[in-house]
Formats: sequence, structure tokens, C-alpha cells
Amino acid sequence: MAFTAFAGNAPVIEQAPRKRSWTALVLLAPGIAYMALFFVAPFIQLIITSLQMAPENAGIGEYVTAFQISNYGAAIAEYWQHILRSFVYAIIATIAGLLISYPLAYLIGVKLRPFPMLQGLALILVIAPFFISFLLRTLAWKQILPSELIGTDFSVIFGLTYNFIPFMTLPIFASLQSLDLRMLEAGSDLYASPVTTFFRVTLPLSMTGVVSGTLLSFIPMSGDYINASREFLGGTGTAMIGNVIESNFLSSQNYPMAATLSVILMAIILVIVATYVRRSGTEDLL
Amino acid sequence: MADVQAFAEAGADLELVGIQKRFPGFTAIEHLDLKIPAGSFFALLGPSGCGKTTTLRLVAGLEDPTAGKILIGGKDVTALKPHKRQVNTVFQSYALFPHMTVLENVAFGLRRRKVVDPLAKAHEALKLVELDHVADRKPAQLSGGQQQRVALARAVVNRPALLLLDEPLGALDLKLRRQMQQELKQIQQEVGLTFLHVTHDQEEAMTMADTVAVMNKGRIEQMGAPAELYELPRTVFVANFLGQSNLFEVQVVGGTDQVLHADLNGHRITVPRNRSARDSGTITVGVRPEKMRLHTQAPPEDSAVNVIGPGRITDVSFTGVSTQYSVQAPEFGEVQVFAQNVEAGPAAHLGDIVWLSWLAEHTFGLADDRLDTGALNGDFSTQAIATRASLAE
Amino acid sequence: MRNFSLGKAFVPTVGIIALIYLLLPIFWVIVFSFNDAGRNNITWRGFTLDNWMNPCGAPNVCQAFGNSILVGVVATIAATVLGTMIAIALVRYKFKGRSTVSLLLFTPMATPEVVLGAGLAAQFLLAGVEKGIGTIILAHTMFCVSYVVVAVKARVAGLNPAIEEAGRDLYASPGQVFWRITLPMLMPGIIGASLLSFALSFDDFIITNFNSGTASTFPKFIYTSALRGVPAQANVLAAMVFLTAIILVIAVQMSRISRAKRLAKAA
Repeated sequence: MAFTAFAGNAPVIEQAPRKRSWTALVLLAPGIAYMALFFVAPFIQLIITSLQMAPENAGIGEYVTAFQISNYGAAIAEYWQHILRSFVYAIIATIAGLLISYPLAYLIGVKLRPFPMLQGLALILVIAPFFISFLLRTLAWKQILPSELIGTDFSVIFGLTYNFIPFMTLPIFASLQSLDLRMLEAGSDLYASPVTTFFRVTLPLSMTGVVSGTLLSFIPMSGDYINASREFLGGTGTAMIGNVIESNFLSSQNYPMAATLSVILMAIILVIVATYVRRSGTEDLL
Repeated sequence: MADVQAFAEAGADLELVGIQKRFPGFTAIEHLDLKIPAGSFFALLGPSGCGKTTTLRLVAGLEDPTAGKILIGGKDVTALKPHKRQVNTVFQSYALFPHMTVLENVAFGLRRRKVVDPLAKAHEALKLVELDHVADRKPAQLSGGQQQRVALARAVVNRPALLLLDEPLGALDLKLRRQMQQELKQIQQEVGLTFLHVTHDQEEAMTMADTVAVMNKGRIEQMGAPAELYELPRTVFVANFLGQSNLFEVQVVGGTDQVLHADLNGHRITVPRNRSARDSGTITVGVRPEKMRLHTQAPPEDSAVNVIGPGRITDVSFTGVSTQYSVQAPEFGEVQVFAQNVEAGPAAHLGDIVWLSWLAEHTFGLADDRLDTGALNGDFSTQAIATRASLAE
Repeated sequence: MRNFSLGKAFVPTVGIIALIYLLLPIFWVIVFSFNDAGRNNITWRGFTLDNWMNPCGAPNVCQAFGNSILVGVVATIAATVLGTMIAIALVRYKFKGRSTVSLLLFTPMATPEVVLGAGLAAQFLLAGVEKGIGTIILAHTMFCVSYVVVAVKARVAGLNPAIEEAGRDLYASPGQVFWRITLPMLMPGIIGASLLSFALSFDDFIITNFNSGTASTFPKFIYTSALRGVPAQANVLAAMVFLTAIILVIAVQMSRISRAKRLAKAA
């Protein structure tokens, strides 16, 4: 996902793919086999489990292979609020994150370009959160914020926004870093005010970074359950779909329900992401 | 790998027979037959996309030909992989190994061939290019010119039968390039290797090479000593690629057994038969701009001199050593004249009416008539196009 | 020209506020590692160095920390090896199903951890595999591979092919070209990818939670003690990791700067 934010802006040199050879298969086989076993199979398993049902006199955790599509209806009927809430939180947190991260990325990638030492320092500060447990940091907010605010929609969104600032900032920084500053000069040379230059030149040119950043934030946010959990910044009315999946899976061991909700979550994310990517016209993110 | 182990005592000859190279979508080399004698400095000259770099890569073994054979020292190496061929390349981007010191870079090929005492030989090669004092540095610490010389040392130290150079001087500034051209020529003669040098810079090719082959669209158009190619081009492409030419479409009207007589819209043009590829019908002849002289009056008739005019001077460019004039007339279009500034100050001025003359023995007759574009030359100025259009009517 | 001065101040102001937003909790966590807290580290009681003198004082905290390191190292090695091989294959070779493989690799990055975790856990359940450190390692390797592939892929694509051709030209067999030229040139990228992988594994909670059974990792320890109160020792350990990482990063940056200065002088 334009992961060059993390991998650095190395220039890509045109390479003609070599002829087909068995070396490629030898290189790929272990990795692909691993992913097939531990990613694809579980995915399929998830879908199968989501259709299972609990027989009449089953103990906890016992399920029968079935094809109960009504599971989906039941899941949506019971948890539609949580689903809706999750995506509302995620959208608001993503937008808030964008509004905070873009100026930060602009500061580092454009304004600080003449000062490479400062730029390096600022970047270290942006990635510093990665070096210390996010759980501890989120707990810290629980102590810092006034107690009346804890357990509200606000605190959950606050926490979500906070946790993903680096994910939003770094891709935007990467695309702003490669922005040719002379284009901004050209903009003002051609009578554009700073605001116009931003909206007509800078923003479109940094769009790939914005799209990567928003996707890298939105997707994990929608499935998050840490921020919304009671131990952290959540309260009684803030449970997200992630919390529901977790409790269904680990506490009540209602595997079909957990699986069904997971599939629903994935499906909604896929739809949102697909439309978003098509609309912003950056299909080849990868 | 015994062959690779042995040092080549001197260079070997290279022979390409019926080479064809097709890529999906286009053909880089149509049909190539080439023979380069051992110990010579050979230049392959042409514009980008003409197939010269592909040829080099075929000889190095980095590409396989679609058809044809490659023989080095009489031995068929077509099926051999690059690491088994006694050929070394100096790459355009130098391609030095960034994670090794200069010394290790130069010793690399020696180590792979399990040569005894590789480091001593590497030092020798570095001394040859006067870079022994930077042996312990990494490539990133060297300037462009230094890197280029290390790349050369790295290739030469292996005493290959054939040394391939892929536009190695392109990234250097003019002064350095001139210096390196001389050094390369010196090294080639000292060590006695066969050099195959690929370039798009015709001045470079003519300065350094014993033989030059001009390549265009996957074929060799003409091959020979630099002077021969320059004074007697065979095709429109060569006439225009190597220096500049004034070309005229003329009608052969007669001749003797020594010369041909042709008509250029009323002017008589004489071409020696042994300098003309064709001898009847409508042919294209030409003359180099520096061979022409300006006259303020019509010069007296002389069977050994071709005269055209009157024409009007439409441009005067002072270039230091010479002054370049453009002269125009409806009968012969636009003609370039290069006059060496023997006297200070211009000989003629903008707007003057002048006659042009040149010795008939400097005229050449070409084998073809037009470039693919349909033009006589690659001049795309609006004036030239307009003149051509008016001539065509 | 009010617009100008407002505009000029806007970016730096918001930027600095953003940095404070980012760093305040870190500061808090480190400060509270010095708190003379009892079981629960919620209110400030007083400054003490006891926690730092005795970082393993709280029960289970060092064991969980040790597990996280173990899991991180093993998963990183596995993911780096698998991921590097895939990255090379993807960039350098043409084969059928190339886009499918790409998709297969990048989908995990686009999947919420809940889904990845739950799916894998269901799989383990069905296969009758007992959850523990082993399953955590398997899970971490899985999601780290994608990140390694992306990071190394960028590096492989940025290699100048002429350098490897020079190797072949200079009598190195394809195997020798790989070990003596390609791999050393890729090494910085591979190391970067493995550091990223370790960081992701060490701090992972959600997938771990689903796939660990009774085994504990550092993030899991924090989560389970969150309600009761996280002992200050956890802060200490986290602060240690943080300071080590920051010092390493700064050291690398400084060596890069001094090397650039040396190069500029030598040229």
C-alpha cells in the first residue's frame, strides 16, 4: 500500500522480467505454502464456520457443519448498531487523523527540507511511538484525559485517531518529500494564492500518500477493539464490532457468530475500499 | 574453464555471422555480419535505438541472438554463458560493486578465475590507470572520472580477448572526456587488446577508432576508416550522421569514363565515377560544407570545379574557429558553408549575393536518396521545410 | 496580507501540536516508570528508582517480556527468509499467477487484525493444535511476511541490473553473483525489513490474544493487568526498549551523517 513510506523512496529501475524458470518456483514455494496454510485456509475456514449452527443440546463450543445462511441475518439483526458505530468511529477518526497528520507531514516534508538534521529528528519523533507499547500509551491517555470524558464516543475516537497518526503521516510525508518545490513556485508565478496552490497543485500531487495513509488507518480502525474496550478508553455504549467478535470468540465461544461477524466486517471493508480506490483513481497502490 | 584461465596474449578477432535479434514487439538487429581484426580499436557508431548496445550485449553474452553465430578467435561462443566467455565489458554506468573496495572490485574477475596472486595484479591494473592510491576506498567516494577508470582497470586486468566499451565516456564533462579518449587509445595500444567501443558521439568514434561502423536500425550502413567514412559516405544517413552534408538531387546527363556530369536545375555538377555509387538517372550527390568557398562574383568556368549560384546569405554564425553561412537559392535550396576564419572578421554578410564553388573531386554520390522521413536531411527547421516544399513543386 | 502570516504560522503550529499529541503519552509512560506505585500505577505517589533497580519485581512481567522477545526473534527470522525469497521472485521473474501472488501477499495487510486472529484461531481449533508460544510464532510470521515482501521488493526493484551483469561479465557464476553481489547489496533493505518485522511482532496484541492460549506476551500481560492496574515494572521494561531503540536509530543517523561528511571531504 504505497509502503514506500516505510521502505524509503528508492528509485525503481526498469527491469525486464527474466524468462520463466524454475528458480522462481523454488523461491516462491515455501512462502506461498506458508501463506496458503496460515492465511488462505483460515479465511476459508472462517467462511465455513460462519455457516455452522449450534445443535439443540450442544455444550459450549460445539458446532455442527451446516449451511445456515440465516446466521448472517441474525448477526446483522443483533449487532447492526455495533457495525454502524465501528464504521462511523473509523470514518471520523480517519478524517481527524488526516487533518492532524497532513500539516505535520507538510511541516516535515516541505518546510523542513532545507534543514535535513531537523527533518531527521522530526521523523524520529514521528516513528518513536512504534518503539513503545501502544497499550501503555493508550492507557496513558486514560490517565491524562479527564475522567468525565472516558468511556464516551469522544474518548474512543480520540484514542483511535491517536494510535494511527504515524500510519497517516508517513505515507503523506513520503509523497510530499518527492514533491518538486519548484511546482509551488510555478503556481505562485502563475498568479495562484497560497491556498489555491495548495488545493490545485500540492494536494493532487500528494494524493497517493493521502490514499495510502487513509487506507492504512481506516482498515485497522474499523476492526479495532482496544480503544473501545472498558479497560482502555471505552465505556458501556461504545462497543465496536471488534469487541463483539472478541467476546463471542473468546468468552462465549460462539464461533459461528464470531466468524459471521468477521466475514461481514471484511465484506464491508472491501466494498468501501474498492469504491474509495476507484474514485480516487489510484488503483495501483501496491 | 581452462580457456578462461589463460591470459590472452593479445586480443582475438571477433566475427559476427548472420546475427539477428528480435524482442517481442520489435527487431533490434535485422542482419549483422561483422569482422573485427585482432588488436584493433573498433567503434560502433549510431543514434540511440540503432542496435549498437544490443550488439555489444550479444558479444558479451548478456543476451542470446535469435539467429546467427558469434566467433571469438575463431571459436564459436554463441552458446557460452557470459562468465565463460573471455570477454569483459566497461559499462555505461560503470557498475562498480558498491559494497567492495576499489581493489576488491578490480580483483573480482581474477578471484573468480582463481588466478594466482590477484591483489598484486589488481594493483598493477590500478597503477595503469593511475588510481593505485585510492585502492582502499569505496566506489561512492570516487568522482565520476575515477569510477570510470576503475571500471576500465577492472576489465583490463583480466586481459580479455575482447574488451567491450558501452559508451563509457558519456557521463564525463568535455575536458575529462577528451583526456580519457587519449588514455583509452594509449592503453589499447600498450596492452594490445581488441577494443569494441560503442558510442553515439561521432567525434569520439573518429578520434579513437581504427575502423568505424555506422549502424542504423539494426544494420551496418557503412564501415571503414574514419577518414574514408567522412570523405566518402555511401548513404544519406551516413552523410548526415557523420558531420554535416549538403545534398542535392541531380539528373545524370552524361559523362566521361572518369567523371559523371549531372544537372542541378541548370547548374552543371561533376562527380568522379569512383566516388559515386550510381551512374544514371536521378541520383543524390553531396559535398561537405567546409569544402565549399564563397565568391562575391561568379567565378570563371573550370571543368574541375563545381559552381552554383547566385544565392543569398540568409544566416551568418560566428563559432570562433569558423564562420557558418547559410546560403539560399530556389535552384538548390539551402546550403551550409563553413569558412575557417583565416582573417579576422567575416568574409561576407547577411543578405549578400554570393556564388559557391568546390572541387569536383570532393563531391560524393550516394547509394540512396532519402531518409525514412522522406527528407534529404534531418533538418527540421521551418525554413528548411518551406524551401523543400517549394523545391518539390 | 493577513492571509500570509496566518498561513505561515498554520502549518508549524498544527505540526507541533501533532507532535505533542504523539509524544505526550510516551513521556507519561516513561515518567510513570519512576512512580512509587503499589499494584496500580494510576496516580502519582512519588519518585523512586526502585522499579528500575528491580524491573522483574512484578510477577510474570519478565516472563511475558522474554516470551515477546523469543517470539519476535523467531518470527522475524522466518518472515525475513520467506519474504525475501518471495520479493526476489516477484520482481525478477515472470511466472503465471504473478498478480494472484501479489494479491495473496497484500491482502493480510488490508485485513483487520480481528479477522486474521479469529480466522487463524478457528483453524488451530479445528486442527486440534494446542495454542501456545508455537501458535503465536506461526501467527506472527504470517502477518510479518507481507511487510517484509513490500520492504524488500522496493529494494530489489531499485537495484541497478548492470551491477549484476558486471558480475556475470567478470566470470561469476549465477550462484556466485547472488551470494557475492546481489545479497550484500540487498542487505540494508533486508535488515530494515527484519527490524520492522520485529517491531510489529513485539507490539502485536490482537492476533496474539486470539492465538496464545495461556501463554503470555508483553502486550498481553499489559492488557490483562489493565483493569487491575499495570505494574510500574512494565513501564520500566517498555521504557528500556524505547530508549534502546531511539539510541540505535540516532546512532545510525549520526553514522550516516558522518560518513556523508567523510565522503564529501575525500572527493
